[in-house]
Amino acid sequence: MSTIVFDGVSHSFGERRVLRDLSLTLSERRIGIVGANGSGKSTLVRLINGLITPDAGTVTVDGLLVTKNAREVRRRVGFIFTNPDNQIVMPTVEEDVAFSLRKRGLSAAEIAERTRAALDRFGLTAHATHPAHRLSGGQKQLLALAAVLVGEPQVVVADEPTTLLDARNSRRIADLFRAMTQQVIVVTHQLDLLEDFDRVICIEEGAIIADGAPSVAIDAYRALLA
Amino acid sequence: MIGLYSPGHSLLHRAPTLLKLAVLSAGVLWVGFLGEPWQLLIALGVVAGLYLLAGVPARAAWQQVGPILWILLIAVPIQALLSGWVPAAVMALRLLVAVALAALFTLTTTVTAVLEGFQRLLRPFGRWVDADRVGLLVAITLRCIPLVAEIVTDVLEARRARGTQSSLLALAVPVVVRSLYAADAIGEALVARGLDD
Repeated sequence: MSTIVFDGVSHSFGERRVLRDLSLTLSERRIGIVGANGSGKSTLVRLINGLITPDAGTVTVDGLLVTKNAREVRRRVGFIFTNPDNQIVMPTVEEDVAFSLRKRGLSAAEIAERTRAALDRFGLTAHATHPAHRLSGGQKQLLALAAVLVGEPQVVVADEPTTLLDARNSRRIADLFRAMTQQVIVVTHQLDLLEDFDRVICIEEGAIIADGAPSVAIDAYRALLA
Repeated sequence: MIGLYSPGHSLLHRAPTLLKLAVLSAGVLWVGFLGEPWQLLIALGVVAGLYLLAGVPARAAWQQVGPILWILLIAVPIQALLSGWVPAAVMALRLLVAVALAALFTLTTTVTAVLEGFQRLLRPFGRWVDADRVGLLVAITLRCIPLVAEIVTDVLEARRARGTQSSLLALAVPVVVRSLYAADAIGEALVARGLDD
């Protein structure tokens, strides 16, 4: 498992302080992050692969400073967004998966083979040559997952990956997250997804208010909502 | 090109993109020089033969070539009135052959192959143009067309649901704003997917 360390991290958007002096070490296999809208969860996970640079403090992944080694860190950390439409950048399904393998020094045959395997794993083989925009919402999120996992990251970070999905599709995505061999860090409002996770962190107004076993942190979050 | 590719393994599907592009250009140019209807009819026959060779489904082919027939329906009588039936027939056949050839290229070539072709074309100019970046730019543009179309549909629906009367501004402002948000999000995703160079 990789070790992700936040050291004294603060971040603001304009006047609004979203994270305040946060220190955190993440090394468990499956970590959930919960909190209200605007609590700073998304900002927190975006710091892990350098999508956001902190105003103060440092973030490291396996000792690599994210701000200095962004490219290497992003290769290790795959990121799943809430809206797969924004994540799909190529016109057809297989092209989008193959896109993740660009500039890795792989041969065309190798790229085709890995793409095929990834599509097969996510049940998208029949759609390989279809335009990505014609897929259903659930299939788009599966494509986003396939495109991230084909790059064989060590860590998968997901920012509310099931928020836009119906109950069946969100269960399917949740099952896939459970079955992943990678280290997984998931921000979600779907609390049942986190029940068997190793650690859950609850964030409120940019600070950690609960951190520990899922039951503990989820109870703290529920108490906050009440 | 978006979603028009018709999967297959024919000679035409496997032929190198740049070769196809070169043959397409030469073919369209050549058709421009053919002045006799019978020559053009032969050319049309050859193109039809190529469609059969490629094994493109009739429906996909019709979707591509069909629209030009509507234009011809108006243009041919006008041309015939102004300069006679023979020039009208020549014009119609030329257009038909050229459009059908171009459509055949689209139907048998994936977007990725077109991009690679362009990149290879641009490579000799590597000192001035970054071929990969141009290729990516084209790919993302293609991808964004359905995305923006969806935004427009959404905004139109929202407008109908709220009963706002039709004003261009009420359509344009939300479409532009949402497109810019989408652009931000896509930029973020590109970075996350390793395109930070």
